[in-house]
Amino acid sequence: MGPTPFPSVGTLRNWDRTLLERYKPFYMPLCDLCCLCTYGKCDLTAGKTGACGLTMEGQQSRIVMIACCIGASTHAAHARHMLDHLMEEFGADTPLDVALNTNVEAPHVRLVCGIKPKTIGDLEEALDYIETQIVQLVAAAHTGQEGDCIDFESKAFHAGMLDHVALEVADIIQISTLGLPKGDPEAPMAQVGYGTIDKEKPVIMCIGHNVLPSVDIIDYLMEKDLFDEVEIGGLCCTAHDMSRYNKRSKIVGPISWQLKFIKAGIPDLIVVDEQCIRTDVMVQAKEIGVPVLAASEKSCLGLPDRTNDPADEVIDDLVSGRTPGALIIDPRKVGEIAVKVAMAVRKKRGDKKLVELGELSELAAPCRTCVECVRACPNNLPVMDAMTAAKEGDYTLLAELNDLCVGCGRCESVCPVDIPIISMFTKASTKDLNEEVYPIRVGRGAIQDVEIREVGAPIVFGEIPGVVALVGCANYPAGVGDVADIAEEFLKRRFIAVTSGCSAMNIGMTKDEDGLNLYEKYPANFDAGGLVNVGSCVANSHITGAAIKIANIFAKRPLRGNYEEIADYIYNRVGAVGVAWGAMSQKAAAIAAGCWRLGIPVVVGPHGAKYRRMLLGDKDKEADWMAYNARDGEKVYTGPVPEHLFYAAETKEEAIVMISKLVMRPNDTNKGRAVKLTHYIDLYKKHYGAIPDDLHLYVRRLQDIPFTMKDEIVKILDEKGWKEDHIASPDPTLLDRMVRRRG
Amino acid sequence: MMSSKMKTGQTAEIAGPLSANIIPNAGVAASLISKAKRPLLVVGAESTKKETNDGDVIDTAIRAMNNKKLTVVATGHLVGEFRKRGVDSANSMSLFVLGKYLSEPDWKGFDGEGSYDLVAFIGYSYYVEWLVESGLKNFANKLRTVSLDRTYQPNAQWSLGWMPVPDWKETIETIVSSLEEEA
Repeated sequence: MGPTPFPSVGTLRNWDRTLLERYKPFYMPLCDLCCLCTYGKCDLTAGKTGACGLTMEGQQSRIVMIACCIGASTHAAHARHMLDHLMEEFGADTPLDVALNTNVEAPHVRLVCGIKPKTIGDLEEALDYIETQIVQLVAAAHTGQEGDCIDFESKAFHAGMLDHVALEVADIIQISTLGLPKGDPEAPMAQVGYGTIDKEKPVIMCIGHNVLPSVDIIDYLMEKDLFDEVEIGGLCCTAHDMSRYNKRSKIVGPISWQLKFIKAGIPDLIVVDEQCIRTDVMVQAKEIGVPVLAASEKSCLGLPDRTNDPADEVIDDLVSGRTPGALIIDPRKVGEIAVKVAMAVRKKRGDKKLVELGELSELAAPCRTCVECVRACPNNLPVMDAMTAAKEGDYTLLAELNDLCVGCGRCESVCPVDIPIISMFTKASTKDLNEEVYPIRVGRGAIQDVEIREVGAPIVFGEIPGVVALVGCANYPAGVGDVADIAEEFLKRRFIAVTSGCSAMNIGMTKDEDGLNLYEKYPANFDAGGLVNVGSCVANSHITGAAIKIANIFAKRPLRGNYEEIADYIYNRVGAVGVAWGAMSQKAAAIAAGCWRLGIPVVVGPHGAKYRRMLLGDKDKEADWMAYNARDGEKVYTGPVPEHLFYAAETKEEAIVMISKLVMRPNDTNKGRAVKLTHYIDLYKKHYGAIPDDLHLYVRRLQDIPFTMKDEIVKILDEKGWKEDHIASPDPTLLDRMVRRRG
Repeated sequence: MMSSKMKTGQTAEIAGPLSANIIPNAGVAASLISKAKRPLLVVGAESTKKETNDGDVIDTAIRAMNNKKLTVVATGHLVGEFRKRGVDSANSMSLFVLGKYLSEPDWKGFDGEGSYDLVAFIGYSYYVEWLVESGLKNFANKLRTVSLDRTYQPNAQWSLGWMPVPDWKETIETIVSSLEEEA
């Protein structure tokens, strides 16, 4: 057992502060006020303090921590629901059976809690711990508690660490009980895209993240042999887990398609579980005349609890329209009601199912060109120009905007003449949308131990140039294509690309000239050039879990209750980078924070800067980049690798170049560093039009230089006054206690 | 009542208690930059999408570089655009890294001669500029910040107001011409 099982809020503070000493926060307040207590509002602008004494840095870091706590709580609550329900259904003694060829079934639980769970019931201890810790963290945000921004940041890291344990618990329970793929690279292919749904059939649209109600619907369809008669599709992560449960369910798309899909009138029944659902879903459903089933106590939507009412009564009330929806909190009671309601509502809607908007030019005619739609749009899309063109019968721009629209609906909500803008985007693109059907490898879950054994050495020595994890939401700055472009750039270069959530859907939504998408072009094994879809948000734990398993299985570092040592190993040796190009939620913030504490850098798109602070290194300050050589205890300069811990890029090109740089680690062999530098230099030249001007900070000795570029680079290094071995190649560690022998 | 010029580029991005002064005309903007000892022009990733009388914002920034007092830095990967157009003297840095450096009093700038006393931004997505200027407003409050984009940026110290595209093009033309004359 390591030194830190079940760490409290302060146990890993020194490790956090070590990282935060290198990666100092740069805050960009979204709000200059604090309005959390009755002393306020307090103006904290430019050095002022609040009535409680809190500074702007303190307030910003406090908000960061609160966001991470919301994210971690959400995943923990999701895991708790899974655990309670599936223990009741399958029994607490159900063995954990997570992945083929795998002994380390729960790397996060083992690392953080120090326990070695054997059954799903054993995970209760981990959840109890998480829930206790989150209470401690939220308490720190109270007026007159924590005041130091770095300590708030440390607490945000703590929330992130808890979050990954919760993610893991949620996913390994459902894998063990529901028969989801067990780390299988040959997991089946399913369908993703707007055009996957046969609109003529009754359509059940499941939205959210908790698959249990959808499982009951699928079971009912199977039991009654109705799968060919009823379409079941999902939006957001529920869709991933439905496809993991049964590949015949359809993945319609990411969160950004929710509003568009509903407004088109395609669903005959909407089933919402939890997280990332439209809170105005009742309003949207009413517009198209379909009922809603809410299936989580966390999102009751004002609906009556009909869980214990006879199914036929609930069905009758919903089909007749006497009630707009029902709350059914027992997932095992959802299936029959959902299927029967969808079939009856479909019949009732008849030919008038799809929303007929009328002529687009007529819909655009009332536009006053007030610009409010442009101002409301998160991406300032030229909605007004599209309306002006549409008035003249030119719908080209409307169709183009559909690809760029993140589907938030703010434009419609501000339009003074109630133009149905989102629906107009969709209608202008209907032909293309209906043809959008792509294959997607269903989420395979964990990375097998045997795969870790095979790639551990080439990753740690740098010969596989890096692991790029494309995860998170769909709040993209310039459409869905960017995330596929980023993925393919690194797949072609033989990185390992791992993906989950909305990003995993969007990665599949681009075809090449031969009509193939990335899931068809690249294998799904965790190896160089592999594209690994792990699954939904909760499956993100397998990505960081793989990094943990490299430290444990390949390097044989003790795992249980040994957080600092494992994180130190990952930070110094495993060239992994998280990329959340469309990060939107508090859950995404918590997932990122879990990466930071493990020493894994995260790159976000420009909207990610709204998390209001970056964690940035200063590559020119040598004193910031000192590490111990574990062989003799000497403190040596290792160069600025990885340069940043949390970084927002303005453009995908900037992100691509930064990712190629952030995979460098102090432990890279000469060959490994040369491979990584080859990609960094090549990509920098491609997008920045020159050789990078900071190579002297990354070339440690001549053997690090890519062979084909040697003369050119040596000349540049000479101009910079570079000296061989000024940057050391130690057995690197940031932990004094890891020094094996003092010199 | 808020002047129409103070209308922010995005609905919810309203100012805090401290908000930008409106630059009343192009002459004032040019004068602000001219009076600075070490001005820095920061050129953003949207620059190729914003038309000016010269072509786009990159072309205009290249013209502004005739004023030797002015240092130019491109953020994102936009320095590649300067290089494609035969200009190698533009600096390159990530926007948020630049924000962090500008908030550090001991930063030595791109030439090692010290930091800057005025920073002007152009060519940005509205929210991206809003954010970095918020960081500077709060943590580099001795630095004079100027927004030259087309919509009011409340977190700058000085900002152009909301204006139609043709007016903005003329405003930028006047500012850059003035900087060229000074050179």
